[in-house]
Amino acid sequence: MSDYQSVIESIKAQFPDVVQDVVEFRGEYTLVIEPAKIAEVARFCRDADGLEFTILSDIGGIDYYPDEPRFAVSYVLFSLSQNLTIRLKVYLQEDSPRVPTLTDVYSSAGWPEREVYDMFGVAFEGHPDPRRILMPFDWTGHPLRKDYPLGYEEVQFSFNYDRVKDQKPSPRE
Amino acid sequence: MGVAQNPTTTLPRAGVAQGQKTGSFGVVTTTLDQAVNWGRTRAMWPMLFGLACCAIEMMATQASHYDMSRFGMELMRASPRQSDLMIVAGRVSRKMAPVLRRLYDQMPAPKWVIAMGDCASCGGIFNNYAILQGVDEIVPVDVYVAGCPPRPEQLLHGIMTLHEKVMQEKVFTR
Repeated sequence: MSDYQSVIESIKAQFPDVVQDVVEFRGEYTLVIEPAKIAEVARFCRDADGLEFTILSDIGGIDYYPDEPRFAVSYVLFSLSQNLTIRLKVYLQEDSPRVPTLTDVYSSAGWPEREVYDMFGVAFEGHPDPRRILMPFDWTGHPLRKDYPLGYEEVQFSFNYDRVKDQKPSPRE
Repeated sequence: MGVAQNPTTTLPRAGVAQGQKTGSFGVVTTTLDQAVNWGRTRAMWPMLFGLACCAIEMMATQASHYDMSRFGMELMRASPRQSDLMIVAGRVSRKMAPVLRRLYDQMPAPKWVIAMGDCASCGGIFNNYAILQGVDEIVPVDVYVAGCPPRPEQLLHGIMTLHEKVMQEKVFTR
């Protein structure tokens, strides 16, 4: 059985220039990866002896607005044989964030990547079906970005009853 | 031990038992409006669908403890073509809205809509971009049932209120 130190050392030995940082927080380890190489690192994590991270548990998007780099995508990998969980993370710039897809490595990456695209607008290059997944297909904008308006509707009270009623859409019979 | 030996069933009940046996009830006069509306209210079939947590209370209303079939709602219909009443139980997302409107359009007239719960009535606590701020933006609603979620008694009261409303309708003007 490997432990976290040996796993991280073997990844860093394989990709010395690609692993930009290793962050430990309360026993969880995060490897910051150069975005262009994420698929290669994930493939190594899946196939190498002593790692065998065969399960992609989740893909998450993060918006660090107003910091730069603004966006991040984190991949949670789990190894059944080693019983270890690590997180790979890529940081992306604000204008046109894009990262290679992981669908060639993990076929389960398809829907999570669509969700990250839908909510954060991160483009996954090479994704076989890069549509929205949660919002309607004709939706504009990406709702989980921090500069996305919440879409508040004015609450109707007695003093503004008529004004709110006039603005409210109503159906045909 | 047959039923007929039970002494309570052998006693003739006033005004009912004799007519039931022979099929001759005598003559009853009423208006056409009342007769048609009586038929509509006493066999008003809801559509079988739920959108969120209110659907749990709707199922409880349907189940044996509260028993919606007491009011002619023997069964939820799984097809809009066989439904008279749409109980919108839960929040409607903007992606679901065209589907809901399509279901409403597929129901045969006359048809009625109950907005069950705060979310279906006005958006409830979900005052944001993703949830329709009241289902009355896309379908005409007859009765709003408040509550988050409403208890089965409240939904039954909403249905009773709808029955009162239907009884007031004019058959040839709708």
